[in-house]
Formats: sequence, structure tokens, C-alpha cells
Amino acid sequence: MIPPLKRPRRKNPILRTRQPLLPPWMRSRAALGLTAAAALGRFELQVCAACGTVQYPPREACHRCLAGALRWREQPGLGELISTTTVHHSHDLFFRERVPWNLGLVRLDVGPTVVAHLHGGCGPAPSRVRIGARLDKSGQGVLLAFPLDEVANMADDRQLREMTCDPKFRKVLVTDGKTAVGQALVRALIAAGADLVWVGHAEPWKKFAGLAELAALPQVTLLPLDLTDSRSVKQLAAEVGGKVDILINTAELHRAHGIASRSGVEVARAEMDVNYFGLLRLAQEFGPVMRARGADGQSSATAWVNLLSIYALSNFPPHGTFSASKAAALSLAQCLRAEMRPGGVRVINVFPGPIDDEWNQMLPPPKLGAQALAKAVVGALQDGIEDIYPGDVAQEWRARFEESPKTLEREVSV
Amino acid sequence: MTALAGAASESLAALAAQLVSGSIRIVDLTQTLAPEFPQIVLPPEFGQCWPFRIEEISHYDERGSAWYWNNFSCGEHTGTHFDAPIHWVSGRDLPNNATDSLPVQNLIGAACVVDCSAEAHADPDFLLTAEHLRRWEARHGRIPARSWLLMRTDWSKRTDPVAYQNFDETGQHTPGPSTDAVRFLVEERDVVGFGSEAIGTDAGQGYHLKPPYPCHYYMHGAGRYGLQCLTNLDLLPPTGAVIFCAPLKIKNGSGSPIRALALVPG
Repeated sequence: MIPPLKRPRRKNPILRTRQPLLPPWMRSRAALGLTAAAALGRFELQVCAACGTVQYPPREACHRCLAGALRWREQPGLGELISTTTVHHSHDLFFRERVPWNLGLVRLDVGPTVVAHLHGGCGPAPSRVRIGARLDKSGQGVLLAFPLDEVANMADDRQLREMTCDPKFRKVLVTDGKTAVGQALVRALIAAGADLVWVGHAEPWKKFAGLAELAALPQVTLLPLDLTDSRSVKQLAAEVGGKVDILINTAELHRAHGIASRSGVEVARAEMDVNYFGLLRLAQEFGPVMRARGADGQSSATAWVNLLSIYALSNFPPHGTFSASKAAALSLAQCLRAEMRPGGVRVINVFPGPIDDEWNQMLPPPKLGAQALAKAVVGALQDGIEDIYPGDVAQEWRARFEESPKTLEREVSV
Repeated sequence: MTALAGAASESLAALAAQLVSGSIRIVDLTQTLAPEFPQIVLPPEFGQCWPFRIEEISHYDERGSAWYWNNFSCGEHTGTHFDAPIHWVSGRDLPNNATDSLPVQNLIGAACVVDCSAEAHADPDFLLTAEHLRRWEARHGRIPARSWLLMRTDWSKRTDPVAYQNFDETGQHTPGPSTDAVRFLVEERDVVGFGSEAIGTDAGQGYHLKPPYPCHYYMHGAGRYGLQCLTNLDLLPPTGAVIFCAPLKIKNGSGSPIRALALVPG
């Protein structure tokens, strides 16, 4: 039985805010493969290329035949919970604050027995469970045993919530509510139980469809925010920064130009000003206070979401300067991820393929709808995934990029 | 010293004395350059004028311990600004048509202020016509050659940027001059320029006039100037004010933000 998450009580302002701590984060280089897969929402273990033995824990050579070629492969995760342990005392500062903590040993059907955090919905041992990989507060991959079947209030499990960024009862800032994506996201967040959503809007004299309807929602507050204006960002951070649990940067400037199709640098500069410097301004103003609130009770600061583009991975020449600005933003987002990690605040990068909007008018389908993108973002928050690639084009590009960046570069530049 | 030069010296000395005594006052006609002040909007596929932006270099801190200063950026046509003839295609081939080459003698001059505030209040698309100007002249006298014509609309009192820009689905709705008013001022009165409180010298719907943007077309085509985003025109007399409106000396510049000032009887 998982007790349903309750709306948190108001914070007692005379008590010191709990400082963020991280669970043990040291990993060998080999073990980071588990993290790399968990960051994408996948459970992978090493499999010996020579004898096929599945390995756990991660290692340099096969524990059966000593072959050196171990490949990370996605695992179904099914197995048997053979014992459980409840930790009531720990010298580790992170777990010390969170005991009692439930762990289990799970014998996977594919062979090895793994140590896993135990979801509260799992039955007593012995019972069948499903292992999933999640990122913990330190951003490292860990294993979590789930019950085979959905149980009530599944997402509200106390231990699971240390590894996810569920918007339920949380306060969210969406930086640009004027786009279809921004508006779909606000609605999806409210549907997912967000307590309130601040919605930024720049250049208020430019009216866009849907904003008035959005503002009429009881959870929504419109606030002026222009990412090209440092003072505007600073002002908003001063007003609400200390309360933002999830920041979702949807603001972007997108023009469809390569180098030769547009003379001068004005368009490229405008793209950089929003897509790159805008993120930098936000990160400087909102980053420190969110990082400090990483363990601030049930509704702590938990996630920062960047709307990037699949073109951040490899330049799409017809939208070349936009691609470059998103590549710059990706690089900065990696820096932000490192800087937010001490606070346990997850940085989620979203790499959509072409969105079905006016700036992709000349691109053929499939194009990603705003609602599908919003659903993917909320899903990433609920599952605590770091990198998502919503849509067919993004999935295809990512697979090709993983296989050979050079091949992808050549095939999209025709 | 000739008699004329002597008289001029006396005039300047008297001016300086009257500025000190306050019997000539200075009215600031300039909007504050701030990030939230709106800039002109073009369709998004066109190139855009930068809004005013400011970044701190240091503030008596680790970036510069004893000094505070900023870098700012903006377009030539941001905030209260000056339009040079080279700004418009009709003025592109005129001599001395840019901010660095135009005759500075033109940058200080008498101003005629036509009060259109009631009309603009009633109709945001109000167009000032030649007929209005003739009626104004019947009361205040003929518009002197080489003077400025300033169109007072009290539009600058719209401090909310949304009301100031006044967009709907058909674009911007702000007052400006009609084609016949512009031609009358240039061809029959020889004004040095036209000034407006709205974001352009032309009306918000000026694109739909003949020719499109007539004030830009005829003023700049005849080597005349434009002033935009002026404020405090309600503090000026219909005649008798002298304005200062020098643009920055930008090489081949099409315009520049200015600190527009008016001298008025105290």
C-alpha cells in the first residue's frame, strides 16, 4: 500500500531549510554505463560478446570467461525478489536523513543477482518483480525493483520520488507561454498535478492566440519575462525564484537559414541571444537558488528542463544558425547539469525533431505536435530521465548519430 | 566685429543668462531608454531593430572594485530617435544624407506644435491632413520655413507598452500624418522635419497609404528629417519653442537615439 501523496503543508519560515545531500556518487568508469542507460530511461547491463553471460556489477572482464569485450545491452529486468532488508541506521548522511530505507536482492531471469532499492508496492520475498534503472539524486544510475503490476499511487512511493521529478504539487515556471509548445506544456503540467504554473511572456504588445485562455486557468499566473533582457530575468528570479521547483525553458528563437541564405549576422545573433544567452541568464539567476532548495521538503526544487533540438547533435544546414545556437545551448546545459548536481536538481535536455509550427512549414512530415512534445516532457519529469528525443525524426537522428556522427553529418547535408 | 555678429553675441549672452535665470526653460522631449520600452515591430521574417538592452560591466564589485558602468545595445531607431534621409530608399542618393554628414545647422530650430490630442484620443488611426494644418496656421500663423512640425497626440502618455504599441490583428493603430499633409509641409512650407510621439513618424496603418509610409517617403526623399517617440509635447507652446535634436555622429548612420530638448519661454 502506497499512501497517496498529500499536498504539502506550508513551510515553517522559522526553521532552517534542509541542505541538499547526495547519495554515494563515486562510480568506476565501467559502472557509468549503467548511468548512461538510466539517463535515457533504460536498464542495461553488460553482456559478454564471447560467451553471452550477463554481468553484474559492471566490470572490465567477463566473470565467466574473462573475455574483455563487454557490451551494454538493454535488459527486460524480470526477476525474483529473494530477500528484503530495511535499513534503520546509516552513517551515510543522505540515507541517514531518509531511513527507514528498503533494499532487496533480486535474482534476474537473465542470471545475476542484483541489489536494488525497493518500491513500496513490491510484495514480500519471494515474489516476482521488475528491475528498472533510475538516476538517483547524485545523477548516478541505480536499480529499483518495481511490482510487476501497477499498484495504486505508484508514483507517490517515497523512495521512487527521490529519483524522479514528478510535477505533482510542485510549482513550475514555463519561460515562454506564447508558443503552442509552451501552452501545451502548461496544460500537461496542470493535468499532472502541478500546484501552480508561472508562465513567462515577452513583448506583451505582440498578441498570440491562446494566451488569454491560458491565463484564465486558476493554476496559471502570467509574468513578464524576456530572456534577452538580463534585468527582466533578474527581476523575475527575485520575485519567484525562491519558489520555483521545476523550471522549463521553452523560449526559443527559430529562423530557417543557413549561412548563404541570409546576409549578415542579425538573425543568428538573435537566435543566440534567446537560445544560448537566454539560458545563461536564466541559469545565473535561477540556478543558485534552485540548487539550494534541492532537499526543501516534499516539494523541493527538482528539475530544470531545456527545450533544445535534435539539430543540437548535428547541424541541419537549412536551419544552420538555429542548429548552431542549440548546439551552444546543449554545451551550456551540460555545464548547468554539473553545477546543479550538488543540489540534486536534475537537468533534463529535450531534443525534439521538427515541431509542427510556422518555422518548420517547409519541412515534410513527420513533425512533432505540441501536445506530444508536452507529454514527453512531463513523462521525463515523472520518470526522472535526463535526455529525451521525442518524435520519429529525433529517434531516427539519435540512432544514426550514435552509430556514426560523420555519416549523419553527410546524409543531412545534401 | 560686424554689427550682425555683435547682435548675435548679445543674443547668445542673453540666452545663456535667461537659461540661468529660468526665464527660458528646457523641456526634455525624450523617453527613457529602458529594456521595457517597446521597439518598432516588423514581420518576423524581416530584419529587426534591437530593443534597448543593458549589461552591467561592474558595480563596485569583483569585476571592477571602485566603479559602476554598463554596456548597452540598441538599434539606430530605438527609443526617442532621429531619422536621417538615408533611412529611406527615397533619400538614398541625396548628398549629406547620413548622421555623420548632415548639416548640423539643421539640428537646432524653431518648432510648430500642432495639437491633435483630442483627435488621436477619439481615433487611434487619426491622420493629420493639410486642411488641419491650414486651420492651425489660421490661428497661429504661417509655419516658418526650416522649422520643425511636431504632431502632439499625447500618445506618449500611454505608459503601458501594450497601449503604446496598440496592435490588433490588422497591425498597429497609431496616429500620423496623411500624404497631403506631408507634401504640404515639404513642398509648400519647407519644414526641416516632422516629429511624432508614436513609434514612427508615419501612422501605424501607414503601410496602406499612397505611397506606403508617406512621411518617410516624402520627408527623407526631400532631405528632411524625422523624430519619433517624443514626449512632453504638451508642455510646448504652439509656436515659439526651439528644439535641439542632434543624432550621434555614426558613420553613414541612418539615425540615432537622441536626447531631444526644447527651449521654451519660462
